[in-house]
Amino acid sequence: MQSTQMTNYLVMSLAFTSGFIIMCVELLGGRILSPYFGSSIYVWGSVITIFMLALSIGYLLGGRWSLNNPNLARYSIFFLVAAVALIPTILWGDAIMDQIFLHVEDPRYGSLIASAIIFFVPTVILGMVSPYSVRLLVENREHSGQVAGRLYFVSTAGSALGTLATSFYLVLWFEVNSILISAALVLTACGGIAQFWHHFRTEESEAGSTCRPPLLKNPLYEE
Amino acid sequence: MKNKIVTSVLALLAIALVTTTITVSAQELHREKSLYRNIVVKQDGDRRCLVFAVKRGDQHQTCMSTRDPKLLVFPYVRMTLAGLLLNPKPKRVLMIGLGGGSMPTAITELVPTAHLDVVEIDDAVVRVARRFFDYKDTMRMRTYVSDGRVFVKRAALRKNSYDMIFLDAFTGDYIPEHMMTFEFLEEMKQILNEDGVLVANTFSTSALYDYESMTYEAVFGEFFNFKMPITANRVVIATRSGKLPEPEALKETATSLAPDLRAYGVDITTYPTFLETKVDWQTRNRRILTDQYSPANLLQGR
Repeated sequence: MQSTQMTNYLVMSLAFTSGFIIMCVELLGGRILSPYFGSSIYVWGSVITIFMLALSIGYLLGGRWSLNNPNLARYSIFFLVAAVALIPTILWGDAIMDQIFLHVEDPRYGSLIASAIIFFVPTVILGMVSPYSVRLLVENREHSGQVAGRLYFVSTAGSALGTLATSFYLVLWFEVNSILISAALVLTACGGIAQFWHHFRTEESEAGSTCRPPLLKNPLYEE
Repeated sequence: MKNKIVTSVLALLAIALVTTTITVSAQELHREKSLYRNIVVKQDGDRRCLVFAVKRGDQHQTCMSTRDPKLLVFPYVRMTLAGLLLNPKPKRVLMIGLGGGSMPTAITELVPTAHLDVVEIDDAVVRVARRFFDYKDTMRMRTYVSDGRVFVKRAALRKNSYDMIFLDAFTGDYIPEHMMTFEFLEEMKQILNEDGVLVANTFSTSALYDYESMTYEAVFGEFFNFKMPITANRVVIATRSGKLPEPEALKETATSLAPDLRAYGVDITTYPTFLETKVDWQTRNRRILTDQYSPANLLQGR
């Protein structure tokens, strides 16, 4: 029972972190594109369009994946893959934008293509976290709305804090790439924790079931 | 009876005329909200001003005198002409930031052989300059609506080069942070000819002054840090080669330019003594601004 509650808190914290990092990367997105495409309203338009589109697809995919034997081990994969998906942004962002700048004259489409190539994949994966989290938290149908509400609350609050922290402080203290590398490391840590907790709980429940007297496993009692 | 009506109508007309002339004395000629700012054109006496967003009484504006359109009303605009002391006859000139357009017009008049590319991000500013400030494209002056940084990057790709770049893209309200960085200054340096000159109208107050000065020094080496007691602006004058002329040479050029510049209200002979190269900025706890680190707007508040 306590372990289930711990799991719920863990899922909520991970969803919070994912929300934080989505907006942190989105805000840095404008900063990353500006040397090539300026910082005008259409550059922000490109960044926001791509993030919204990626998130919507992420929600769809995350929801679909949650149908198939949902557990924390699979959940942790989102975080690990998202961390890996941020690496090209850090390493090859400039090279990618150099090429786009050469081939696309109009900074509107240049920035749209650039943000699609650089930010689409990591954002899709981070978007998958939310619906999958809902699935991990929901125990029965009556509470599903409440659980979803709570999860949106937590992940959107994470986004709000990520926006504020990045724009007010992080850009003042750190370089863009340092922030992105930290985000990737945090995601990796999140994935690691989810993996660890999954194995810990499986062992715990296996240990519990071997101790339990076979009498209790009465089919009548179960339903 | 008829006479009475005529006199009262005349009296009314006279009153109307008087009130309109009174309102005309500080009249708003135009107001619009562009993509980037609020633009207001005001006429106060014979002074017509382009006023950008008002912030705590600190109005950023460029003005011209409708009686004497040549006159450069603001000290910082006059100060940027000090660039001519390093090269009085630039052939190709790039101007980033249009304002009221008095600077580019002055340059085409002063250096009739010069070709000018003028870059302004806000097409509303270009329209207003054309309509209210006698700004005109000519055979030798073309205006481009573009982000300054994007324009410079494209110019480098096309292998365009300039003898002089005037950078006047900063208002007190919002600083385009991607145009303050080491990388941007490097890109400008790349499109300067070997003896090319960069003239940048920038900040002289707040922590940003230190960061910015360090960045210019990192790219150009020693530069003229041009400040005058009459204004809070400072003008950076840097060269691609990193070599700066001797004071004697500057004074000589100033003397030869002085007669032409007088019509613009510029007494250029007073400038050479203010062209300082002394480091008067703090370097402790400061770093250069890069594309990776450029919180210019946050630093300006400090």
